[in-house]
Amino acid sequence: MAETPKAPPIPPRAQDDPAAVRVALVLTAVAIMAFFVVVPLVNVFVQAFANGVHAYWDNLFHDADTLHSIKLTLMVAPVAVGLNLVFGIAAAWAIARFRFPGRTLLTALIDLPFSVSPVVVGLFLLLLFGLQGTFGPWLRAHDLKIVFAYPGLVIATAFVTFPVVARELTPLMEALGADEEVAAVSLGARGWQVFRLITLPNIKWGLLYGVILCNARAMGEFGAVYVVSGHIAGKTDTMPLRVEKLFQEYNLPGAFAVASVLAMLALVTLFVKTALEWKTRRDLAEAHRLQTEGAES
Amino acid sequence: MTADVNRRVLPGFTLSLGYTLLYMSLLVAIPLAAGFLKASQLSLGAFWAAVSSDRAVAAYLLTVGASFASAFINALLGLLVAWVLVRYDFPLKRLFDSLVDLPFALPTAVAGLVYSDLFAPKGWYGRFLVPLGIQGAYSRLGIVLVLVFIGFPFVVRTLEPVLQGLDADAEEAAACLGANRLQTFVRVVVPSIFPALVTGFALAFARSLGEYGSVVFISGNMPFKTEIAPVLVVARLEEFAYPEATAIAVVMLMISFVTLFAINLLERWSTRHHG
Repeated sequence: MAETPKAPPIPPRAQDDPAAVRVALVLTAVAIMAFFVVVPLVNVFVQAFANGVHAYWDNLFHDADTLHSIKLTLMVAPVAVGLNLVFGIAAAWAIARFRFPGRTLLTALIDLPFSVSPVVVGLFLLLLFGLQGTFGPWLRAHDLKIVFAYPGLVIATAFVTFPVVARELTPLMEALGADEEVAAVSLGARGWQVFRLITLPNIKWGLLYGVILCNARAMGEFGAVYVVSGHIAGKTDTMPLRVEKLFQEYNLPGAFAVASVLAMLALVTLFVKTALEWKTRRDLAEAHRLQTEGAES
Repeated sequence: MTADVNRRVLPGFTLSLGYTLLYMSLLVAIPLAAGFLKASQLSLGAFWAAVSSDRAVAAYLLTVGASFASAFINALLGLLVAWVLVRYDFPLKRLFDSLVDLPFALPTAVAGLVYSDLFAPKGWYGRFLVPLGIQGAYSRLGIVLVLVFIGFPFVVRTLEPVLQGLDADAEEAAACLGANRLQTFVRVVVPSIFPALVTGFALAFARSLGEYGSVVFISGNMPFKTEIAPVLVVARLEEFAYPEATAIAVVMLMISFVTLFAINLLERWSTRHHG
């Protein structure tokens, strides 16, 4: 009986690594992530609830200074985010839709706050608006207070977070292209109509993520706010500053309680990001399916 | 050129660019100018004395050294994590992928608080590490560790798209020519992702240079030992030594600008070689 020739073994695909290597690398990567990211995150909540839910609640809502810091953060962040939202849309429109001299420089300058230390930002605001600052005497004469007060917190927060929305929107609008907007204009739409009916629906999800990320950064801003606030408890302490003060006072359960709220904010931000990425991928697949179906029929 | 068509056709060029420039000059240019103006009012001798004091030099060296070390560690860890996320499938992969961005979203004060607690003698890591003589909290090691956390997403997120876009052909050719996987990785994969790796490294480095919020919790802030430059600026401010604080801040800005410039050059270099 003739032996059937054995099929040659299927050669491993060139990009596949041996199973042992694969398992080892995955385990190492998971261990790295666990060590640096997951365990710290879990630790925040474990420490915050170490003395039970009741103590957690008291630490957050029965401490007058903590309560004030929560209110202050809720008053500062939305204003800074609102300012940066308008700026982000304007900057993305200018940079993604037009070519002009200095465009590359402008793009680079928008990234500036990412590489300038927040402490330096705060210091420069002090030099401008502080008592001995450039505008100090004038502000004093008109009984206006910027540093060590609410306006300073807003300015410092806005400075540090101003690139966030612009950076989310610019690549998105560049990828979308201007065809739909040009078509709308040629059909007689006016400026705001184009923006409201064409641009805004196209960028809304990117815009939403930009706003949420900007808000997370604004609520969590520490260095610049630390310098311009003068950290007066019950007056100019925002939530991150309150975390630091409680830490200095060795009130760790209190510090972790405030920190856990900020950590939840970060988790919500990540969740929205993941959900939006998932939705974008599904929309793309859907568009692809419609296109191929259209081609077949 | 489509660009010129756009400007004639699409509305809002003057409005959007004008508003952008106005907002940026009010918010950014004026404070920066004020800072440099104040620094220039110092006499050269006073400026030099402030920026070259032993304590200041120790702080710059620590800032740059710790940033470099953390960015280097991040380059290695980030390469591994990006590789695993792009090439392999494993349970909870999506969750891990999302968590890579946590350091971008988590306030730095929270990171500092939790790291200092983890590495304290009674903390979850400290109770194992401190008996071995590894002091994570209130040490230079702690600064590097928390900076690794802060810069973690940069290398991963810069490498991921490059690894995804890598052609299978080159690796297949290497395999056909008899290279094993390690040789292929070192000789074929690494050279093509190297520019992205360097960019990720530089971004993490630049981010670490100015970091304050997290380091202030874990470093203990001892002059000459664990005091980074931003902490020194705040210390000078709290002594109301504004001119000294400004001088040191200007030096930090210079270091940031040089880094930023280097990153731009790097990006240009990498697009020229791999664009």
